[in-house]
Amino acid sequence: MPKETLPEEFYRLMEDLQTIDFVLVELTLYLDTHPEDLEALKQFNTFSRRSRDLRQTIEARYGPLLQFGHSYSEYPWAWADPPWPWQM
Amino acid sequence: MSFSMRKTYAPYVGPYDPCPPIRVKSYDTPPQLYLGFQPPGLEQFPPREALRRGTLWRALYSPYENPYKPS
Amino acid sequence: MWLYEKKLQYPVKVSTCNPKLAKFLIEQYGGADGELSAALRYLNQRYTIPDKVIGLLTDIGTEEFAHLEMIATMVYKLTKDATPEQLKEAGLGAHYANHDRALFYHDAAGTPWTATYIQAKGDPIADLYEDIAAEEKARATYQWIINMSDDPFLNDGLKFLREREVVHSQRFREAVEILKEEQGKKKYY
Repeated sequence: MPKETLPEEFYRLMEDLQTIDFVLVELTLYLDTHPEDLEALKQFNTFSRRSRDLRQTIEARYGPLLQFGHSYSEYPWAWADPPWPWQM
Repeated sequence: MSFSMRKTYAPYVGPYDPCPPIRVKSYDTPPQLYLGFQPPGLEQFPPREALRRGTLWRALYSPYENPYKPS
Repeated sequence: MWLYEKKLQYPVKVSTCNPKLAKFLIEQYGGADGELSAALRYLNQRYTIPDKVIGLLTDIGTEEFAHLEMIATMVYKLTKDATPEQLKEAGLGAHYANHDRALFYHDAAGTPWTATYIQAKGDPIADLYEDIAAEEKARATYQWIINMSDDPFLNDGLKFLREREVVHSQRFREAVEILKEEQGKKKYY
């Protein structure tokens, strides 16, 4: 990620990802106590796919979001580039 | 299911209490006290609204405002 | 193992440099009913709870670490670039003398975090009732902090975190019902 302040687009995309991933958190906890709710399960899988697609878009433009090989890295190693979540 | 998310009570006010008495006190009784085991198919907030409110489930949403703030 | 994601669970904003609010907020970082206690409590209890509710404890415990990062972000933003003079005025002089602006796992009164804040009885009902109580206590703590805060952006984030306590409490209550359930009976009433 570049050192200069990131464009508005980055913040918008991150909030889109936070939105999708929040639905997934809520569905996860719900499914933990309702493992046989098929509708909720289908919704979970739909959002899981959306999350993966959007994360790939963000990572292609702004660098890796996951570590230990769950995200690709550009050269040079981009993981430690700011901003970290608390710096955003 | 219908319930209030805040309950009030009037505590005893003694003649020697130095702070100006708050005559009506209140406390929160949020939805998880009433819902029971969540039934399937409950109404959801749209994703963006769910994030803003902190829950996907309309029935579990419990708004909170500072009760001491003059409105 | 655990996987870190370079993203907050919720977009955290604060309005002003306000170390006084950071001093209160640290209660939810290293206090008895704070997010560190919550995460460690659930992730420790899960090893000896019936299989049916291990997933729930794992997931809620993991979410608590995301909340811990949100609190840290709030504290960081409220104190970043505050002068020692400002910190002193906010009642953080003692903190500054020991830690500069570093975060530390202590409560609003400066008491360091201790493992005695969390319980693990090994009895599934006792542990889940402890978890329900912990969520209600954390909810109350968020309320008291919101009552003292005049920062609308900060309160927005705190209301999100308070609502998460409500949802977690609901799920732990359901976990109790799952463990109470007689084989073959349905749990909706």
